[in-house]
Amino acid sequence: MTLKILAIDDSKTIRELLRSVMEEAGFEFSSACDGVEGVERYAQVQPDVVITDINMPNMDGYGVIDAIRKGTIDNQVPILVLTTESGDKLKARARDAGATGWIVKPFDDVSLVSVIRRVTGMVA
Amino acid sequence: MSNPILDTFFEETEELLESLAEGLESMQGAEFDKETVNSVFRAVHSIKGGAGAFKLTELVNFAHSFETVMDAVRSESLALTPQIMHTLMRSADCLADLVDAARSGRTIPDEVTSGFLTALQACLGEGEIEAVDAWDNFEFAAVQLDIGPLDGSAPEGLAEITPAEPDKAQVGYQIDFRPHAALFTNGHEPALLFAALADLGRISTWIDLSQLPEWAALDPTDPCLSWRVELLTDESEIAVQEVFEFVHGLCDLTIGPLFGEQVALVAEPSMPIQLPEITIQMADPMPNDVSQPDIPQPASVAQAPVAPAPPVVAKTKAERGEEGSEAKAPKATLRVDLDRVDRLINAVGELIINQAMIAQRLQDMTTTRDDDLVMHIEDYRLLARDIQEGVMAIRAQPVKSLFQRMSRIVREAADATGKLAELVTFGEGTEVDKTVVERLADPLTHMIRNAVDHGLESREARAAAGKPPMGTIRLSASHRSGSVIITVKDDGAGLNRPKILEIAKRKGLVAQDAELNDAEIDQLLFMAGFSTASTISNLSGRGVGLDVVRNAVQALGGRISIATTPGYGTEFTIMLPLTLAVMDGMVVTVGGQTLVVPITSIIETIRPLPADLHRIGTDETLLSIRGRMIPVVDVARSLGFPSPGTLNAPLLLLVESESLGECALVVDSVQDQRQVVIKSLESNFGSVPGVSAATVLGDGRIALILDPDAIAGGRVTPAYQMPNSLSNAGRTAHANA
Repeated sequence: MTLKILAIDDSKTIRELLRSVMEEAGFEFSSACDGVEGVERYAQVQPDVVITDINMPNMDGYGVIDAIRKGTIDNQVPILVLTTESGDKLKARARDAGATGWIVKPFDDVSLVSVIRRVTGMVA
Repeated sequence: MSNPILDTFFEETEELLESLAEGLESMQGAEFDKETVNSVFRAVHSIKGGAGAFKLTELVNFAHSFETVMDAVRSESLALTPQIMHTLMRSADCLADLVDAARSGRTIPDEVTSGFLTALQACLGEGEIEAVDAWDNFEFAAVQLDIGPLDGSAPEGLAEITPAEPDKAQVGYQIDFRPHAALFTNGHEPALLFAALADLGRISTWIDLSQLPEWAALDPTDPCLSWRVELLTDESEIAVQEVFEFVHGLCDLTIGPLFGEQVALVAEPSMPIQLPEITIQMADPMPNDVSQPDIPQPASVAQAPVAPAPPVVAKTKAERGEEGSEAKAPKATLRVDLDRVDRLINAVGELIINQAMIAQRLQDMTTTRDDDLVMHIEDYRLLARDIQEGVMAIRAQPVKSLFQRMSRIVREAADATGKLAELVTFGEGTEVDKTVVERLADPLTHMIRNAVDHGLESREARAAAGKPPMGTIRLSASHRSGSVIITVKDDGAGLNRPKILEIAKRKGLVAQDAELNDAEIDQLLFMAGFSTASTISNLSGRGVGLDVVRNAVQALGGRISIATTPGYGTEFTIMLPLTLAVMDGMVVTVGGQTLVVPITSIIETIRPLPADLHRIGTDETLLSIRGRMIPVVDVARSLGFPSPGTLNAPLLLLVESESLGECALVVDSVQDQRQVVIKSLESNFGSVPGVSAATVLGDGRIALILDPDAIAGGRVTPAYQMPNSLSNAGRTAHANA
């Protein structure tokens, strides 16, 4: 089974970066550019892992997490938060909001894939 | 976590100390035999040997002095005065204290032991203890130990044998993990965490179901399970922490060294969590206790917020207290008391006899024959057999583990003697009764050490003889004739018989004017107190060895033989009964008696033409079969039954014998082939030549089980009887010579 990854980020660079890493790793990749689109895409794609930025227009990352966790579609999906800061406050807040884990930017492909493997148990 | 080899040493030492105390106790009485003194000596000797392997120097030095005094007592150069007896008893106590100290990692002040050492020295008079020189010449490779945290602190005595790179040492962590509901709603899965832990090393997990509510009260979203994970890994604690990076605050988590003190890392959801930052703090650790180089310091972990331990942690700690530090990660095995298995084996033996009796009765009732019943009885037989095989398999284990230990012995012995030696093993998969494997370890160790120490020549001598410098010790195991055969063979110079005889005479083991043949000389090696080593080394060469080996093998119902070829080496052969309970046998009639011949030793049954039998002299007959001549043995005559005396058209059982190769046994008729339950005769009748045991047949009669080897071997040397215990081994040795 191919893992389906949904990345939600307003930066195209980040989205493309993620796409190249994810496709390289053999995952199925789709993306959205803000929170609202992200939640819509989530319902369509029904991904196995969600990667979301925090600071985004329309709906921020916390909103995305909240929407998914309170939603009816696979509300225990692993959600990874992309963050530039390694600050604990942000992580704690993300965790309290219901994030599964986090990825600290700048990320490298190996750690990114290993984090996804960690939260899904899938061998890429 | 603890070291299994070290555990074994202490277990064994415990037993040795017991027999030491027992022996000394009986030496106090007026009546005691040489064997008692020997057993005391050997106990001390074995403790010294084991301690040497673990570099427990204090223990070794003390045991060495003790042993030297015991050696003097044994050789009767030292009379046992009450004063000396007292010193010996007190020294045994001191030895026990030293063992205790080594086990718990304490040291005993020198003043304490030196008092006893002086007393021991005084027993011998002028400086007889050559401890220093002998020991210095004997370098033992220290056993590489993976010592994990023992009770959270490395015992001082063991600190020096922990591997040099502390961070590479395998350590254990105990992880108590109790997920909160948020852990699941955040998309985590405990199984994935365990999988991540399993990537770090070997894990064992236990699940705590005690918080599981009644079904009616069960809230599926409310987690009620907790886990304990024991992880053996060479990774640092940071790696373990990282596994739980994402779930901090979502669970109760304690990570601590296995069996050590734990620090609760219970992060309340409201607390700030610290993650990668821990790395920095750990890189600058708090001042550590130097005795624990490889143990992650709970203190450094404690920089994460520490909350009061919740009830669940407190409880597991209490449990651990009860279990003590002995608790080990369980394997997928079942530990059963050996007695229970033995009772089962006995019961199965009776079951097989019972089955045979029913089958026999049914066969007799030809008039009311019922095909269904016959079929059911046949099923019964097959089932009984399955059960028996299954039960025996419980006790059977391959000799591999035993053999593997021996290569270390070879290395150590080679280093100690400055020789080059390698161990070649065959038949590692041979399965042997567990008791046999266990009880063979010591004798085999002695034999291997002997083979290197006394069997192999020095490098110079090997070069002079045109042999490769590397000596070979060949260790093999196989099943033959319903027995397990274990051989230890060296490619050394062979036995030096004139020297053996000379030493035996000097030690008074044989009369000065005794004239012994080669086989008898070889047997001298098995006598207590015999040693060919001209210098005393610490582990072999003090006359501990072959007599112990022989006793141990005989205690297992086996026998040991020795064969040597001058210039080409010496081979020791140990024959042990395969199972201690049941075997397949052919039921035959000989001289009107019913006997059982082990099926494993029978190659074929034949009724030869008179022309194929060739009479040689008055007594001997040879069978000509497929172009070979095979000796014919009249079983009736060998056993002393009235022989029918007709060899004109006999029924012959062609058997493979250990000592003679093939050989044909004369029997009157073959009755049946069946499983028989072995009932030992030894406890009631001692060793009966030609008979290995007895059994009960289906009709309730008792039949003797033939020992084809002894019958065949007995043919060669019918007249000579070695005295007492030498007779068994002697017979085989004659045949081999």
